[in-house]
Amino acid sequence: MPKLTVEDLKHIKAKTATAMALRLGETRATITVHMGTCGIAAGAREVMKALLGEVAAAERPDVRVLAAGCLGTCASEPNVTVAFKGSEPVVYQKMDPAKIRQVVQRHILNGEVLNEFVLGK
Amino acid sequence: MRELSLHILDIAENGIAAGADHLLIRVEESGASDRLMLSVEDNGRGIPPEKINHIEDPFVTTRKNRRVGLGLSLLATAAKRCEGDITVEARPGKGTRVAASFRRSHVDRAPLGDMAATLAVLILGNPHIDFRYTHRVDGREFILDTRDLKTEPGGLSLDDPMVVHRVSQFVRRALEELAAGPNLSPSMEGTDA
Repeated sequence: MPKLTVEDLKHIKAKTATAMALRLGETRATITVHMGTCGIAAGAREVMKALLGEVAAAERPDVRVLAAGCLGTCASEPNVTVAFKGSEPVVYQKMDPAKIRQVVQRHILNGEVLNEFVLGK
Repeated sequence: MRELSLHILDIAENGIAAGADHLLIRVEESGASDRLMLSVEDNGRGIPPEKINHIEDPFVTTRKNRRVGLGLSLLATAAKRCEGDITVEARPGKGTRVAASFRRSHVDRAPLGDMAATLAVLILGNPHIDFRYTHRVDGREFILDTRDLKTEPGGLSLDDPMVVHRVSQFVRRALEELAAGPNLSPSMEGTDA
């Protein structure tokens, strides 16, 4: 089994060239998935995987996705923090792939906070 | 944890939290010896000597935001349940290597699971860190080194969800091929069982 070849890289690069050109602009929203042991055991990786697919499909280069450690509220994992530039960050609790897709569609792309998923409300 | 690849993600995140900028992740499967070994090696700050004898104790942790440290104790339990064990070599200031072994065919062994997703999460969440993933199955090998992705023609920006999504699809296909084994020979399969 070979390593990732130069041809594979060219293929990936060609498919993503447009988005990379757009990415030169600034980051407007950052989505952080909390990835401690508690988060991982509760399904944070599946949330991140769904998020990755959704953000990639939206072709929004001003949105960044990050992983971080445990937030300290292990019982409400998987937790995801959405931070828009210039606004207070919003922490969503008990995320799953379906809920994070809603967060991307409604909060990230449409500016609507999903109060029913917000931690501590 | 339902998958070994979730343990790998967890242990790797520990290394990143310990300030590592280079991680080596290995999975080795052998049909002949019926073993599965996994290891995560980082160049972070290591584990202080006074903690090293307590690494499997869930109530010992160096973190400040909560008082339990479950990751290594969960991995140790999973390995011991499957006629395996874990070893932790830590050199303070130099890094840590965590290795776990399992009897591959043990009924309680969790599947390796979605390793492509684990790598995607690690890469996208930590684009500044170099990861090298090596997966061997009966002598055949797959390697993904993020330094190759960054340095080869023009380089790929690994903080771009679309790029990481594509890389992860590539890894998933490659690992499926590796697991299927192009030279699968029934005569080899049964001999050492």
